[in-house]
Amino acid sequence: MATVSVRDARKNFGSTPILHGVNVEIGDGEFVVLVGPSGCGKSTLLRMIAGLENISGGEIAIGGRVVNTVPPKDRDIAMVFQNYALYPHMTVRENMAFSMKLAKAPREVMEEEVQRAAKILGLDALLDRYPRQLSGGQRQRVAMGRAIVRHPQVFLFDEPLSNLDAKLRVQMRSEIRELQQRLATTTIYVTHDQIEAMTMADQIVVMNAGRIEQAGAPLALYDRPANTFVAGFIGSPAMNLVPGEISDGGFRAQGGALLPLPPATPANVATYGIRPEHLVLAEDGIEARLVVVEPTGSETQVAMRIAETPLVGAFRERITGRPGETIRVKPDLSLVHLFGADGRRL
Amino acid sequence: MSTAAASTAWTKVRQQPSALARLFDNKAFLIVVCLLPAVGLLMTFLTYPLGLGVWLAFTDQTIGRPGVWIGIENFEFLFEDPIFWSAVFYSVFYTAVATVGKFALGLWLALLLNQHLPMKSLLRAIILLPWIVPTVLSAIAFWWIYDPQFSIISWALMEMGLRETPVDFINSPWSARWSLIAANIWRGIPFVAISLLAGLQTISPSLYEAALLDGASPWQRFRHITFPMLMPILAIVMTFSIIFTFTDFQLVYSITRGGPVNSTHLMATLAFQRGIPGGQLGEGAAIAVAMIPFLVFATLFSYFALARRKWQQGESND
Repeated sequence: MATVSVRDARKNFGSTPILHGVNVEIGDGEFVVLVGPSGCGKSTLLRMIAGLENISGGEIAIGGRVVNTVPPKDRDIAMVFQNYALYPHMTVRENMAFSMKLAKAPREVMEEEVQRAAKILGLDALLDRYPRQLSGGQRQRVAMGRAIVRHPQVFLFDEPLSNLDAKLRVQMRSEIRELQQRLATTTIYVTHDQIEAMTMADQIVVMNAGRIEQAGAPLALYDRPANTFVAGFIGSPAMNLVPGEISDGGFRAQGGALLPLPPATPANVATYGIRPEHLVLAEDGIEARLVVVEPTGSETQVAMRIAETPLVGAFRERITGRPGETIRVKPDLSLVHLFGADGRRL
Repeated sequence: MSTAAASTAWTKVRQQPSALARLFDNKAFLIVVCLLPAVGLLMTFLTYPLGLGVWLAFTDQTIGRPGVWIGIENFEFLFEDPIFWSAVFYSVFYTAVATVGKFALGLWLALLLNQHLPMKSLLRAIILLPWIVPTVLSAIAFWWIYDPQFSIISWALMEMGLRETPVDFINSPWSARWSLIAANIWRGIPFVAISLLAGLQTISPSLYEAALLDGASPWQRFRHITFPMLMPILAIVMTFSIIFTFTDFQLVYSITRGGPVNSTHLMATLAFQRGIPGGQLGEGAAIAVAMIPFLVFATLFSYFALARRKWQQGESND
């Protein structure tokens, strides 16, 4: 177990900068999720921590030791790859024992470690199978087993669930989380799925275009997004971010809607943010025209227009209206997010 | 009404398929028609010459005189013939040494080309050149390279002061044997290198990364990842290479014609030598037929070596 510090880490591929000086502090035993859209540099950062990419600038320390020039095998880390990277010509047992075999560990120790990991992951019955004979979820477990047997200081996961179907993904999500809590090993987990990030992380690091947009606890990011990027990225369905300006005693959105403002609003608001679940049905609300109604059972998601401004709402109530009919909604003023012209939170 | 009319029209069409159409609807007929061209070509250009060759091996036919069945007399004669045994020995030796050389160098080249090199595709194209050039052309080039008087290698060595006299490449038995093997290796490397390169490129880079994290040294990555993953394609390429090398004719015949004193005869060149210029068709055919057991052995080798390994089996369950 160890802390991980990333200080002003930079990465260039040729003359193209990929990471523009990233700072992350990861505490001992913490589960940190790097999340962001494709190409934001999150996987590159993970691979730099693993030692699979060299570091163009800044430094990375694991357990207080700067590892910039330490080869991957000496960094005391274990990584689970997106495609699992299981050795196809080795059985599950051989896959898990490979690192120990290379380190010339005694046979009994290898067998003991493999059995222990297999027991934790429920792979006991599959040890003599080849990867081809396993299902996606089982392969995923073998990949984790290969990491566990090494007793690393840090686990690295590179989008480990993206090859699984939706149901299995939810199941493996909690399995990984449970495993991490049991082993209490510092874990860095890369994903583009913000729901994975929200449900698994102690700390989320939201990245975009080679920079960190915001880092913090999942609910802190949800409650107080630092900018429009994080606001739009965290939460599902995504927050309504409506451009416009203050006038007529409210916020005049593009498209014509006049939205109410919380008290003591600064004057330079450029974007009005309200999460779909923070719009409420109210008799004294603003009239909105239904466009699409999507009942999910527990809630109803509604695409609507106020004047010509499109908004999405998510209501606990069951809405039976048809497209073209109107409902009355209003934003919960204590949960409105306001952003300036530079996209930062006001 | 309209439905009724449509259905009558439909029935009409169905009632009157032409005789030809009915014939082509006949499955047995169709199978015969479709197979005929392929079977015809195979019979004419494969089965007939092979059968004729095998038959000739059991006759005493010479050019210009029809032979009679003499049983295994040709083989009995060959069994006593030291030149035949020398050809058998050199065929095996030539195949074994050239295969080892081609695969050692070809694998090394493939591993090099699999790295990130500048102008990689140009290099790959250049590598293929020896294979593209017609064999006879490269044989003539080697003939000059090995020429007793004008050899460029001799010239270079003498210019550098490393030798006083030209090198004797193809005028004494063992140097001729080694020289021909060198030429065959030169010609065979591209096929091996490009095939193995294709195999190397199917290996997922993340396997190497995983091995790197598992602490594997470069040699261990080759030994535990590259080699086992390359094994299936290695086996098939090696089988082809062995068959092509064992049946080689052009290179040897163009450079030495089996000389000096029959020391570089392969079974194929000896079969031709005895059968066509020598006129002993029966005997030449017998030598050619004697190659069959060796080729069957090579094919069996491929059959067992190529048998899908256990890790390749099993349903893909993605």
